[in-house]
Amino acid sequence: MKTYFYQLADFIAARLQGSEQYQCWYSAEASDFVRFNRSAIRQSGHVQQAALTLHLIDGRRHGSATAALAGHIAADGATIDQLIATLRAQLPDLPEDPHLLVATEVNSIEFIEPSRLPSAEAIVDQVLRASTNVDLVGILAMGPMMRGFANAAGQRNWHQSATFNLGWSLYQSRDKAVKTSYAGSDWDSLEFAARMQDAIAQLAMLQRAPVTVKPGAYRAFLTPTALHEIVGMFNWDGLAEKSLRTHQSSLRRMRDEGLRLNPAITLSEDTLGGVAPGFQSDGFIKPPRIALIEQGVLTGSMISPRTAMEYGLVNNGAGSGEAMASIDLAGGSLPMAHALAELGTGLFVSNLWYLNFSDRANCRITGMTRFATFWVEDGEIKAPLNVMRFDESVFRLLGDKLLALTSERELLLDSDSYGERANGSARLPGALVRDFTFVL
Amino acid sequence: MFDTLRHLFHTLVPAVDFCSLRIVDESGDQITVRHDILQPLTTSIDRGAMVTIIHRGGYGYAATSDLSSAGLKDAIARAQAWAAASAGRSVIDYSTITMPHPVGRYASVASTGTNRKDLIALLMQESQACRIDPRIVDWSASVGTISTHQLYLTSGGGDLEQQFRYVIPNLSVTANQGADTQTRSLGGQYNGYCRQGGLEVLADAGFYGSGARVAAQAIELLSAPNCPSGTMDLLLMPEQMMLQIHESIGHPIELDRILGDERNFAGTSFVTLDMFGTFQYGSSLLNVTYDPTRSEQFASYGWDDEGQPAEKTYVIRDGVLERPLGGAISQARAGIEGVANARACSWNRAPIDRMANLNIEAGDSSLDDMMRSVERGVLMDTNVSWSIDDSRNKFQFGCETGRLIVDGELKGVVKNPNYRGISESFWRSLKAVGNASTADVMGTPFCGKGEPSQVIRVGHASPACLFANVDVFGGEA
Repeated sequence: MKTYFYQLADFIAARLQGSEQYQCWYSAEASDFVRFNRSAIRQSGHVQQAALTLHLIDGRRHGSATAALAGHIAADGATIDQLIATLRAQLPDLPEDPHLLVATEVNSIEFIEPSRLPSAEAIVDQVLRASTNVDLVGILAMGPMMRGFANAAGQRNWHQSATFNLGWSLYQSRDKAVKTSYAGSDWDSLEFAARMQDAIAQLAMLQRAPVTVKPGAYRAFLTPTALHEIVGMFNWDGLAEKSLRTHQSSLRRMRDEGLRLNPAITLSEDTLGGVAPGFQSDGFIKPPRIALIEQGVLTGSMISPRTAMEYGLVNNGAGSGEAMASIDLAGGSLPMAHALAELGTGLFVSNLWYLNFSDRANCRITGMTRFATFWVEDGEIKAPLNVMRFDESVFRLLGDKLLALTSERELLLDSDSYGERANGSARLPGALVRDFTFVL
Repeated sequence: MFDTLRHLFHTLVPAVDFCSLRIVDESGDQITVRHDILQPLTTSIDRGAMVTIIHRGGYGYAATSDLSSAGLKDAIARAQAWAAASAGRSVIDYSTITMPHPVGRYASVASTGTNRKDLIALLMQESQACRIDPRIVDWSASVGTISTHQLYLTSGGGDLEQQFRYVIPNLSVTANQGADTQTRSLGGQYNGYCRQGGLEVLADAGFYGSGARVAAQAIELLSAPNCPSGTMDLLLMPEQMMLQIHESIGHPIELDRILGDERNFAGTSFVTLDMFGTFQYGSSLLNVTYDPTRSEQFASYGWDDEGQPAEKTYVIRDGVLERPLGGAISQARAGIEGVANARACSWNRAPIDRMANLNIEAGDSSLDDMMRSVERGVLMDTNVSWSIDDSRNKFQFGCETGRLIVDGELKGVVKNPNYRGISESFWRSLKAVGNASTADVMGTPFCGKGEPSQVIRVGHASPACLFANVDVFGGEA
């Protein structure tokens, strides 16, 4: 596919006229998707898709167009000709764009990870065999993913990987369940079996009668998965330079007023340790690491090329949404094995769900507990907890209420597949907090 | 193109229990002006097909953006392989389900076309009108237009063509003073005035002149007090009612959630199969319809993506839950009647149960009647925040703006209004439903659900509604 994409880039270059330039972004995948419910198959299928976004630039006038590709030049050549004609007709009617920033430095980088995946059918067999005596629901998504960039300056970038992402929940009854995932490039049947056995063991604890706690403030341990929901929430505009400049960021008080989080919080965009491409859709190369919060202090932001031009800054390879794609939150000193003992009495929160802002100025977030969340007494799990709604400011939760971060961290791979499979990731620890506020 | 694909399909269709080909050909333009500067124009042309095969109890699909003969052959082979691999191991013996073979045509209402240059000029004008005060720190105006052409063919002679035209206006203004930042928008920051049609959508949404009006509302919020806290009456306007309907009626009664398909992601439901026909979902004033027949609404269509004909159906009548939102496959699995709402977001995703247009039927109260009945309460408008549990029960929603109601009179503006409740009981506190003069037609392009993930278009028409004894609160001082 790489050769074909580069051929398409040459095809585009040959059609440029006068002072026209181009950039193009290629995104393709060949994915198997298998949905499970009640330990049986609900829907199984395959998706073969490719799309090209062509950005035609003439001076400071420009426009972009995206089209699905067939994968052979007979059809795609005509499609590209149509895109060029459409864009070429648009440009004279458009005003000059003062915020256009074009990558002029040629940085051609490639990453190709050959597929080591077994067949999807083989994984499905293992999942169904392992779940004969439980109620399993989930999704297997797997196959190769490709991203490419090319421009008129001759830059060529290619990122190709082949991954699987199996996410499943074992249900005890109604909303009581254990959620587990297994993702990566190398499927290991023993590893899958071990994760399944761990989940089945946790399921046994859900057989106990659930408890409901009154609204109030509780000591709590958040697993890396739960903490990821909190970080993911303020990653929605919180670290975006444009949102910080326009005072809409949920973390704006950290910049405007010097508000600090707990010194244990050090957060960065870690492209080097993530799985996303090292280049973005305008062809700018991402630095290996961007420091964003260091020892509780906001020190950086995600800056897209467009924002850089608007505010006279240097872009740091952020996409247009200016969100982290490869989250890295530093660990602390609490051994994961001591988490329950250090929690003592309180809530063990495996998962949080459906977060949103209740007061963005104070980075106050509401959301729900979900899946295997337990009431713990004296370091021992006593009972599953009925779902509870929290409403809490990140400035407090990750400020003076943060007691410890675990020394171990987990790498969580993004399982979203809106339009196409995502390639984001997050590496982060668990967190022990006090006075976590529950309201309903 | 469709005639070629018709011929190809009928040439290639294999000897199986059921085979369908669903082709989606969609093009769109997005024009945005921010800070009086035209943002990069984006145009899209998305075209592809999904083959679905049911054979010997198995169900398999394959989607491809290669619409050549070789591409379709490959897709058919892959769909057959998955049908074979899932036979005898699926949630139901799919071959026992009678799939329809419909023939027909549907098209969005004929409407005024859009012109790119005129739209850019309009957006620039509204953007410039937002600059009413130095405290305005961010503003943008946009219009998205989408044209969709779908063809659905089946091995039993089914042949459906449906054409849709969508217009998605948006305008949003943010004001800041110190630590306080307030945003107001036209119908919500997530495109609440999305509809089918043409330029008339802009007029119907109040887009013309909205720049100065919305900017003034944002400035007004800066000097407003926070919404008070307490238990009080709550009057919700259509720009918030759409969200209330969507999250705490629409999703809970989706049949695939009730059957458990979504438990690993979007969640389950507090609604169970035994509740249909008897459960008092809301007060007797509550009447909710699945209505794909309102031509201007965002998710109107003639047939769903599995070929079931769509017709207006009451799902809650006089407060009693009557039927779920579930397509033919879910209905067969559950043994209960549903509606034609098996829908896919595009050619590359398989149909699942989606809510389409879900509306509250107008009542007989005027807005004045409702306000006069309130001793102490808050009017809230335009959703800005939403969160609900995985059973669709405990919710907390926030709005862009509120107004106090005291002793039957509308008082001053309050900012950061929020409220929380529990779906299972919230709708029974419905004490008045507004008449048609209080109603509006809203929707969203961004309803997320499914594994693999899908974002789909839905519509919600609703009058203003009054609820009693709701837990209301504001932001921090």
